[in-house]
Amino acid sequence: MLITAGVITLLFVAWQLWIGDWIGAAQKNAAGQSITAQWEDDFAQSRTASPAPAPTDEPAPPAPAKPVIAPQPKDAQVFGVMRIPRFGADYQVPMAGGVSRARTLDPIGIGHYPGTPMPGAVGNVAVAAHRTTFGKPFHRIADLQAGDAIVIETKAGWYTYRFRNLEYVTPHAVDVLQPVPQTSIRANGKYLTMTSCSPMYFKSERIVAYSVFESFTPRADGAPASLAEVS
Amino acid sequence: MYAALWRILPGPWWVRLLILLAAAAVVLYALFFYVFPWVSLLIDPQDVTVR
Repeated sequence: MLITAGVITLLFVAWQLWIGDWIGAAQKNAAGQSITAQWEDDFAQSRTASPAPAPTDEPAPPAPAKPVIAPQPKDAQVFGVMRIPRFGADYQVPMAGGVSRARTLDPIGIGHYPGTPMPGAVGNVAVAAHRTTFGKPFHRIADLQAGDAIVIETKAGWYTYRFRNLEYVTPHAVDVLQPVPQTSIRANGKYLTMTSCSPMYFKSERIVAYSVFESFTPRADGAPASLAEVS
Repeated sequence: MYAALWRILPGPWWVRLLILLAAAAVVLYALFFYVFPWVSLLIDPQDVTVR
C-alpha cells in the first residue's frame, strides 16, 4: 500500500516534469493544426459559395491589407493559433480568452489578458502561457532573437509581429500590460506582450517578451512569408 | 492487497494478468489526464501572469 502510494507520487513528478509535457505539447499542436485546417476549409467553402469577382484588366495595387480586428473572446474561447518559426515548424498553439490556469492556460495553451486589444489593433495585445509543464508553449521564450516573427493566425488571416526585446519583471508589474508597455502614454503603435514565469519552475519573477506589429495578411492571400522563416 | 486482488480475479493466470494490465492502463489514463492536472493546480508553484 505504501509502496503504491510512493509509486504514484513518483509518477506525479514524472508526469509534471516530462510525461505531461509530451502529452500537452502534442495535444496543443494537434489542436492548433485542426483549427487551422478548419479555417482553411471554411474559407475554401465560402469562396466556392460566392465566386471571386472576375479579374479586371488592371490588377489592384498591392496595398497593405487593413487588419481585421476580432471581437474580444469569451473566457476559454479559442480565437487564434500562435506560430513562431523559431520554435519549430510544427509549433502551433491555440490561443483563447482569459488567463486562468484551470480553464485556459493548462488545457488550451496561450491565454489572452481580458480587456487588452485583439491582434492587429492599436495598443498592446497581452498574452500569457506556461514556460514549463502543460506542453510549455513559451518554453523557449528566452531564445527569441530581435526580428523573429511571431505570427497569430485567426479565421481572418495572419498577424505578423516582430520580436523586439525581453525583460524580467516582478510578478506584480502589471504596467507591462499598458497600451504602451510600462508607460502611461496613449498608444499609437501596435504591440504584443507575452508573459511567462521566470526563472523556469519558479514564480519569483516574470519574463516578458515585447514585439511590434508588422503586417496583416488576409486569408485570401495565403500564408505570409514570415511563417516560412524557420531557423 | 495485491495477493487478495489476484485471488479474487477469475480465470487462469494469463486472464488475470490481462485484466490487471487493462486495469493498470485505465488507472494510468485517469491519473495522467484527470487527477494529476487537478493536483497540479493545487500545489504547483507556477504563475505566468502579472497581476
